[in-house]
Amino acid sequence: MSEMIPDKKINIKGLVCPYTFVKSKLAIESMDVGQVLEILLDYEEASRSIPKSMEDHGQKVLKVEKVNDTDWILQIRKDKD
Amino acid sequence: MDFTDDQLLRYSRHIILPEVGGKGQAKIAGAKVFIVGAGGLGCPVGYYLTAAGVGTIAMVDNDTVEMSNLQRQIAHSVNTIGMPKVESAKKTFEALNPDVNIIAIQKRMSKDDIADLIRDYDIVVDGSDNFPTRYLVNDACFMAKKPLVSGAILRFEGQVTTILPGEGPCYRCLFEEPPPPGLVPSCQEAGVLGVLPGVIGGLQATEVLKLILGKGEVLKGELLIYNALKTTFRKVKVPKNPACPLCGQNPTITELIDYNEGYCSPQ
Ligand SMILES: [Zn+2]
Repeated sequence: MSEMIPDKKINIKGLVCPYTFVKSKLAIESMDVGQVLEILLDYEEASRSIPKSMEDHGQKVLKVEKVNDTDWILQIRKDKD
Repeated sequence: MDFTDDQLLRYSRHIILPEVGGKGQAKIAGAKVFIVGAGGLGCPVGYYLTAAGVGTIAMVDNDTVEMSNLQRQIAHSVNTIGMPKVESAKKTFEALNPDVNIIAIQKRMSKDDIADLIRDYDIVVDGSDNFPTRYLVNDACFMAKKPLVSGAILRFEGQVTTILPGEGPCYRCLFEEPPPPGLVPSCQEAGVLGVLPGVIGGLQATEVLKLILGKGEVLKGELLIYNALKTTFRKVKVPKNPACPLCGQNPTITELIDYNEGYCSPQ
């Protein structure tokens, strides 16, 4: 799998629900269909809930990766406006 | 729209809805709604639209708060008895959400000022308690091409309909003329279950938000009738009346009318 270069990156470390998804959703809304958002977070629950919510909203989850002891990186492709 | 941290939290349950999102919340913040009446219906409509973050809400009502209002008019309180209802409601709504610009207009509208009053607003909500105002608001909204969300309550029954300019029927397609004052229930007969305006006003506020968001279906060409005693909701189709004196093919009403007083307006 080739490495995807995101069109936009957000860092939501330190945020908890519901901020985590709210910030991610607002970021996706501001992008064009086909573009990729990368999210850096350290709230474990959000590493599961954000991908699920994004899929419910019609977006494509490309990557969910634990990058170190505390952080996750998600990549979401905007499929639906 | 850039949200503050407080706004992100306040509106988070809206923003995470696919049908709303940040864009929908920005539409709500940009909307201007005009509410006729700060009584049983106007209170819950204004209260929920304030909570939802509607940017500008005007309320018009000529009355002052009385003890007998408090059984159902939830924006008022014992602390605001004697105060104009629109000022009392403004105080309550501003305490709930300082984002919202509440414009309090204490007056009884007439054919001479209603067009000017509603001009700058996107949507009109009728929560009035008397027929002269109800017809005045219907006619003025038709002439100004403003969407109108109409509600009415009596005893255990309430009605809601949404009238869109140039589409579907108007209020006069349903009831051509106000009933003669003698046929309207007198003050002693005009009881109302206190929670009923909460149900009907909640439905009206929902219609307003859907109009602002452009989502879902509104009660266009339909009258929704709620019976609180039986717990039933009934939808009645209302056809456009080609002979309607206002919106029909040969309209006879081409200017606004102030109907005579003599109608009961229960306090
Ligand atoms: Zn009509």
